[in-house]
Amino acid sequence: MSELHLPWLELSVLLPLVGSIWVSLLKNRDQARTHSIVICGLTLLCAVGEWFDFSSLGTFEAHDHWDILQMIFHRDVFVIDELSAPLLPLGALLYLTTVMTTLRTKINRFSFGWTLISEAILLATLSCRHSWMIILLLTVAIIPPFIELRKRNQNTRVFLFHMGLFVLLIITGQLLVPDNASAANPPILAGCLLTAGALIRSGICPLHCWITDLFEKATFGTALLFVTPMTGAYAVMRLVFPIAPDWALQSIAILSLITAVYAAGMTLVQRDSRRFFCYLFLSHSSLVLVGLEMAKPIGLAGALCVWLSVGLSLLGFGLALRSVEARTGRLSLDTFHGLFEHTPFLASMFLLTGLASIGFPGTIGFIGMELLVEGAVEVYPLIGLAVVVAAALNSIAVIKAYFHVFSGKRHTAAVSLGCRPAERITILIIVVLIIGRGIIPQPGVQSRYHAARALLDHRNKKDEASRNKHTNYETDHTPLGQSQSTDINHE
Amino acid sequence: MTTETILQFLGLVVVASPAILLAALGLPLLAGIKLSEGSQARLTKASVVFALLAAIAILGLMLVTGLRNVPIELGNWVSIEDGHEHFHFHIKFVFDRLSVPFAILSLVLCGTVGAFASVYLHRENGYRRFFFLYALFLLGMVVSSLAGTIETLFFGWELVGLSSALLVAYFHERPGPVRNGLRVWSTYRIADAAFLIAALTMHHLTGAGDFDGLMGSGPWPNGVANIGSWQALVIGLLLLLAAAGKSGMVPFSGWLPRAMEGPTPSSAVFYGALSVHLGTYLLLRVSPLLDVSLPLRIIVIVLGLVSAIFGTLASRVQNDVKNALAFASLTQVGIITIEIGLGLQYIALIHMIGHACLRTLQLLRAPSVLRDHQMLEDAVGEHLTGDEVNPPKVSTAFELWMYRFALQRGNLDAILDDWIVRPFRKTFEYADSLERRWTDFLSGDNSRESDRVPPYSDSLEDVV
Repeated sequence: MSELHLPWLELSVLLPLVGSIWVSLLKNRDQARTHSIVICGLTLLCAVGEWFDFSSLGTFEAHDHWDILQMIFHRDVFVIDELSAPLLPLGALLYLTTVMTTLRTKINRFSFGWTLISEAILLATLSCRHSWMIILLLTVAIIPPFIELRKRNQNTRVFLFHMGLFVLLIITGQLLVPDNASAANPPILAGCLLTAGALIRSGICPLHCWITDLFEKATFGTALLFVTPMTGAYAVMRLVFPIAPDWALQSIAILSLITAVYAAGMTLVQRDSRRFFCYLFLSHSSLVLVGLEMAKPIGLAGALCVWLSVGLSLLGFGLALRSVEARTGRLSLDTFHGLFEHTPFLASMFLLTGLASIGFPGTIGFIGMELLVEGAVEVYPLIGLAVVVAAALNSIAVIKAYFHVFSGKRHTAAVSLGCRPAERITILIIVVLIIGRGIIPQPGVQSRYHAARALLDHRNKKDEASRNKHTNYETDHTPLGQSQSTDINHE
Repeated sequence: MTTETILQFLGLVVVASPAILLAALGLPLLAGIKLSEGSQARLTKASVVFALLAAIAILGLMLVTGLRNVPIELGNWVSIEDGHEHFHFHIKFVFDRLSVPFAILSLVLCGTVGAFASVYLHRENGYRRFFFLYALFLLGMVVSSLAGTIETLFFGWELVGLSSALLVAYFHERPGPVRNGLRVWSTYRIADAAFLIAALTMHHLTGAGDFDGLMGSGPWPNGVANIGSWQALVIGLLLLLAAAGKSGMVPFSGWLPRAMEGPTPSSAVFYGALSVHLGTYLLLRVSPLLDVSLPLRIIVIVLGLVSAIFGTLASRVQNDVKNALAFASLTQVGIITIEIGLGLQYIALIHMIGHACLRTLQLLRAPSVLRDHQMLEDAVGEHLTGDEVNPPKVSTAFELWMYRFALQRGNLDAILDDWIVRPFRKTFEYADSLERRWTDFLSGDNSRESDRVPPYSDSLEDVV
């Protein structure tokens, strides 16, 4: 296996982990915030370094240089491949921007220590390919939001019910997966259980209510950090994709498509801004799943592109909404708030990121969405058009929310509601990424297409290996092949 | 330097000028730099003049050399080529007898309105916002006019849609314009969805989004569609739906008077002159499809006829000048659609250009005409009415019904609300209530925090 030039992966995980302990010891919340920003910034640097280093290697997968974990456990714990390489910087950026845009008025209720721990867990999950390790990390990731809900004296039953079911299904499913499982030799029951678990984590209808509940009860930042990295989709790719046959994946795609349209419709009737965001996110993450499950290069490439574009754009969108909420409190979408004159920067970011998420021309999401639609129509000519319907509904919802939050009346503010420097920097970073990748999409698309092909080839190779093993096994059990099988067993 | 190179260069200038304007106005907005009104007006003027001169030069060269079709290939914006799998987003602009006049028309009208707006909106709060959206619109119009592939046309089409909706909501401190902006956007998105599906269908039928692939290699309007009758009908109907949404034809006419909530310059150039003609322009561009499918041709004519009749009825009973002009525009758009349906492409093109110029003039003149009228009344010392010229007469029941029908704008908005919007809302509100019951059941009590937290509590303003 290829080796990175530095231990980027271990550093990316270790930095926030150690940082969380350090930050928890600090009594001064302002200091804790500043230190968290520095730690998240360094983590992002490591994640970006990993991505560039990996890209320069031109390989499908790679592990760390000076891999300490390998020396201890004698196996590659942290390995990245074409799927996860860009997801690490995206995850690190998510944490950095969220911490940076946390206003001083909110620092007492936002736990920086737990945030850094969840960053370490997320980056470890994305750096990991071993099934049981992923399951363990996905389970541990539930703890920080749960603790926050308990601290806020919120009812945790909905969250616990869904997450408990997720853990139960995914562990049972993985226990039932045989060693030689592949798409050609799929373990049906195990596959179903794993799929059900991953779909709960992804918020597929009708098991999505925990996400709306989390957004209602947790702080916006925590909910955003738990949901936006789309770890459910990652679980699908790591646990289900390699062992599920095409027909099963495409059936899941239809379920995801129904969720995408349903959630898009629900965005239009929401009265609370957080619930609105939640459904908007659900619709988009379901669209990503639609493409992932197509198991066709174009659709899969589209999904991988949309994964990044939606991750980035809805991160910006969520942060814009969070920043507005930090100034005004919970926003109702029943009335107009007219905040444009006070926060033109946030308004522009809200609009731009919202448009990017729906794949508006010239933004990062445009080509990805085109590829996704193309891939969906290729597999299901008529049903695939539902992707277009979902995108249209989402776009109406985005502009509706923009109008309700930023226009419709003249808002009188007692204090300045303008952007703080940290927020302004965050906005600029996200805008540059959204427009830059939108104007020059070829490198990103090429890289994601390459990743899609590599993932499919990898899956096919596993199929072939499994078939060969199966054939050998059958030969082994024929009376004439007795001596031959003995040789193979020796091998 | 060959003629081809010169044409390529000029073609690039036409497209690049509005793009540069958009960047020049957008980047300072992003960086928090305030450009003065004068700078913005000068930038706008320079951009429009450069693009217009280049377009006129292209027209001149085409006339001199006898060229009827000048394609400008910018290559693949995105390209995936891998065995059987391929995906291209090809950027190509075409200068022909349809696109050059329409591009020149767009630039002339946008230039006129830009000059007008720089005075009309002087010291307005939203001056910068207006000119940024104006640049977005201009780029969208130029790209749509010159698009040589359906994807490129879609790109421009979307820019026009967004800028139009945001300009309708320009006076955003009032709820009325904002609601109308949302209505316009919603209609546009339905039209865009139809457009996108048409583009995908076209891709699957011809393997590319290039208009040449669909319309044959002949220059406009002599191309011959390379697809079958049923395929032409399906693509044509989808494109007709897209065109109807964009041009405000029946049943989407409700957005036209709503669009007049925007400032006069944007109403004039966008909804009076250019936006409403973009749908008919699309129909003209794909007019060879009509030759292949007779049912499509009949549907186009019927839709044009219905829209024209509806427009003329509604325009006669409007009580404000901008709405009357909006519906008068619809009448003309309907007639242009009929002309396209009848295969009179050149007549339709000339009609479109003439009508756009006249309507821009009328709409730009509308505010000052009212003022002049009032000044005249002040000078005369009494109301100037037409009552003596057209004295009221006894109306029949049918005339009264027609009057009510026209006054209520055919109840088109109400019909769309009752048959589409309301059932949609009801369905999803019901789903929302089911979700609430489910989470309440799991929680054991009221699960929705948002019900308990009133808006604007615990705000920064409260904290301070």
